[in-house]
Amino acid sequence: MGGSLNANHFMFLLQGALWTVGLSAIALVGGGIVGFIIALCRISPNAIVRIMSAGYVQLIQGTPLLVIMFLSYFGLPAIGIPISPLAAASASLTIYVAAYLGEIWRGCIESVPRPQWEAAEGLALSRTQRMAKVILPQAIRIATPPTVGFMVQIIKNTSLASVVGFVELARSGQIINNSLFEPFLVYSIIAVVYFALCYPLSRLSRRLERHGGPGRLELEAA
Amino acid sequence: MNLNLDFGAILERWPMFLDGAILTLQLASLATILGAVIGILGAIGRRSRNPVIVRICGIYVEAIRNTPLLVQIFLVYFGLASLGLKFSAFAVAALALTINVGAYATEIIRAGFDSIPRGQIEAAEGLALSRTQIYWHIVLLPAIEKVYPALTSQFVLLMLASSVTSQISAEELTAVANFVQSDTYRAFETYILVAVLYILLSLIMRLGFWLLGLAIFPRRRRLRTAL
Repeated sequence: MGGSLNANHFMFLLQGALWTVGLSAIALVGGGIVGFIIALCRISPNAIVRIMSAGYVQLIQGTPLLVIMFLSYFGLPAIGIPISPLAAASASLTIYVAAYLGEIWRGCIESVPRPQWEAAEGLALSRTQRMAKVILPQAIRIATPPTVGFMVQIIKNTSLASVVGFVELARSGQIINNSLFEPFLVYSIIAVVYFALCYPLSRLSRRLERHGGPGRLELEAA
Repeated sequence: MNLNLDFGAILERWPMFLDGAILTLQLASLATILGAVIGILGAIGRRSRNPVIVRICGIYVEAIRNTPLLVQIFLVYFGLASLGLKFSAFAVAALALTINVGAYATEIIRAGFDSIPRGQIEAAEGLALSRTQIYWHIVLLPAIEKVYPALTSQFVLLMLASSVTSQISAEELTAVANFVQSDTYRAFETYILVAVLYILLSLIMRLGFWLLGLAIFPRRRRLRTAL
């Protein structure tokens, strides 16, 4: 057997955990930007834009993230586009997260009560003004709990970046296990670290859901 | 960048892809059926009068929902091995997926239970229905009917997530793809084809669940409301 768990292993795991957080942040920002565009496209007055964005969502939601990951890491070099593990993982997660966040946020925008849209129109606001000044500020409040909840999914899904050799938490566990041969112990520790990252977000999401968004919390505090 | 796609070598191996797709569907169906059973038991457990059972079900749900499937699969795989138990990759994959989806199903079905108005149960008691009758007709069936769309999307997500079991060499669709791409050096075409197959599989599952919904919830059909 290859020795016992020591401080170096924990430093390595910590580094992996930091990369998991970093990759999650990249996926959230990238997926958030693309997802926001998708959400706006899904409610566009232009039918072609609506159909294209709906098609994107259907395609991505019908494909496993793992296959998207393999497609970008092994598929792109095969057709002459070299790509690093970090770039492949970031691109795959962005594409994947955008489809889900886009759909969540579309629901939130559409759940802003109808009279708000009509009132904004009655005040002769342009479409852009209506979106930016009336609808989105209210939609953001509705969107906060499910978005925080989805961040848990993002963190968990970054574990799939390990299959393209990107050294995040799950991969650093595999590497340590290759020298220790204590798979159950190592993966238990990995699971605990993931839990420590995800559980606070799950709790926060549920708390926000009960209190109806961050704005409401501030009001209650005041 | 010279883009010359050649699906010929890939499509030649269609029997392998078919086998992989069938295995993926088998994994998904097995985990769906067992996961639904665990979900119902777990949801009943979370509403139990015994605080220990409530706590155990709560810990199960939170532990599974806050850790990645990949890590769960490794834990089941190596956990069983360290206990000296030898199972096939398929059995381990099915077990890990069942444990995983069971937790999500528990949470979804519990939400269904919570949505049953107290008055319904009181009315049923007033009509002198037995405890079993109340549980079956007034609580369980209407609860599942309410959360049926959420539950079935979770099962479709499970089918997609079963791709992760390729990492413990279960011979499902993604594992077949990995083999074919290393054999043909046509990675891009292989994974495009597999993505299309997964989309087809998820459409098949959605159609299946829709038909199943028509069969088990006749009230919906009569009321002509969408599921």
